[in-house]
Amino acid sequence: MTTIEARGLRKAYGSTIALDGVDLRVDEGRIVGLIGPNGAGKSTALNAILGLIPFDGELRVLGRDPWTERNLLVRDVAFIADVAVLPRWIRVAQLLDFMGGVHPRFDRAKAEAFLAKTDIRLTSKAGQLSKGMLTQLHLALVMAIDAKLLVLDEPTLGLDILYRKAFYDALLNDYFDHSRTIVVTTHQVEEIQDVLTDFMFINRGRIVLDCSMEDFESRYSEVMVRAENTAAARELGPINERQVFGRSIFLFDRGDREKLAALGEVRTPSIADLFVAVMGKGQGGAA
Amino acid sequence: MNPSLYWSVRRELWENRSIYIAPLVVACVSLFAFTISTIGMPQRRHATLLLDPAQQRAVIAKPYDGAAMVLILTGCIVAIFYCLDALYGERRDRSILFWKSLPVSDVTTVLSKASVPMVILPSVVFVITVITHFLMLVWSSIVLLPSGLAGTTWTRFNLFTQSLILLYGLIAIALWHAPIYAWLLLVSAWAKRAAILWALLPWLLIGLFERIAFGTSYWGAMLKERLMGFASTAFQFNGPTVDTLRGLTPGRFLTTPGLWAGLVFAAIFIAAAVRVRHGRGTNE
Repeated sequence: MTTIEARGLRKAYGSTIALDGVDLRVDEGRIVGLIGPNGAGKSTALNAILGLIPFDGELRVLGRDPWTERNLLVRDVAFIADVAVLPRWIRVAQLLDFMGGVHPRFDRAKAEAFLAKTDIRLTSKAGQLSKGMLTQLHLALVMAIDAKLLVLDEPTLGLDILYRKAFYDALLNDYFDHSRTIVVTTHQVEEIQDVLTDFMFINRGRIVLDCSMEDFESRYSEVMVRAENTAAARELGPINERQVFGRSIFLFDRGDREKLAALGEVRTPSIADLFVAVMGKGQGGAA
Repeated sequence: MNPSLYWSVRRELWENRSIYIAPLVVACVSLFAFTISTIGMPQRRHATLLLDPAQQRAVIAKPYDGAAMVLILTGCIVAIFYCLDALYGERRDRSILFWKSLPVSDVTTVLSKASVPMVILPSVVFVITVITHFLMLVWSSIVLLPSGLAGTTWTRFNLFTQSLILLYGLIAIALWHAPIYAWLLLVSAWAKRAAILWALLPWLLIGLFERIAFGTSYWGAMLKERLMGFASTAFQFNGPTVDTLRGLTPGRFLTTPGLWAGLVFAAIFIAAAVRVRHGRGTNE
């Protein structure tokens, strides 16, 4: 089943084009990373998917038009925005009361069980919590919603590594169950590489690469080329070349593995390296 | 009642505790001032009772009417500041992104916020005023008990009748001021900054323009009518205050075109506020 489908999705703010004809498709049970530089259109795309902004083109989320049917859609969608947006004045117990009151799919016991594992008390005010605890609190609320689609916009921004790791562990172990779909944007690509089933690169309002992790692993290879083989490596048409500690590392798209193995050690690149290679090309080689 | 509307209204009360704290503080100050004013009251009461009945009533009920007026005014001031911030604050602190992630429609949210000046605050002011009046009556009775005049206040200030008049007055004021609150809500949903300027400036500028261009002040008169017009249409004054149910003129109030014109504008402003909130994310 298709969770999100966009065709020719466009959005302009005045003369600034934020989304320039985005086509994408996210199927049920996938964990998709939407990766792009600042101002690439990530947040605009997510806002359109969440029905927060009007858009041009075609977009269906869980079979609905997010702009005109937002009220129905939000029952099945949970969302954590890129900054701590929980109101500072509210108490944790009030948040649970409110969520339980307005959300038909909210399981208060689940949220309390998750909070019991943290230092957050029901009497705490959101404004008194640290940034890490606020994210934990928001995650506890979101994980207690039986949603079909979870959208995370830079959920771990500004958190230290312990919180970041715990965040994704909780998401994978306690929440994700293959009938849900998760869309996540983040700058910390390395950390979510093991979490994702798919990723998309977005730049200047366009999807420049849309790839599943299986395809990624079979399609891209990174070769640490021995010095005497660099000329031969260049002939095979690498998509990127960089120097690390005096050694050349080449990145190949659909390279012949046997030929590559003759040049040096072959391994699967990181998404971050591929990101730099793909985006760098679009920006005149500067990475 | 729609559960998301119920919880949205409760949410407003959690966030804006001034809705009940401000009237409570004003009530406490009024009560304290009243207890001070009762020093020497038995002697003065003897003198008052020598006046003609209408004057007796005027003198004895004065602090009670004063407390009610101050509490009503407090309610209006709280309502104005509440409305200006209601849909602006959630964009300023970006919590709108959280509220919008929950299945509460823009209509429900805006109506819950409109209910604060229209329903919640008048109710709060009513309850607090009646309790204040009651406590003032009890205190004056205690003070007057030794001189045997304890009943003289209760007969000149009939708590039941006065509470009915108060309730009627609060409803009339809320209906009459509805377009003002709705306008403030619309501005607070729309303004990117300085909501209070956007709320006031257009009205002042139109008045200024009229004054300079034509030398007239119809616009100012209309605004004054919108602020105070309820008094001359909802009540028939026999002196400075209304003290009997005969002074209430609901028929005349409900047939005043200005009331209905105001309510139409209120509905338009509220609908516009819903539309604006639907399209508004944070302040970007």
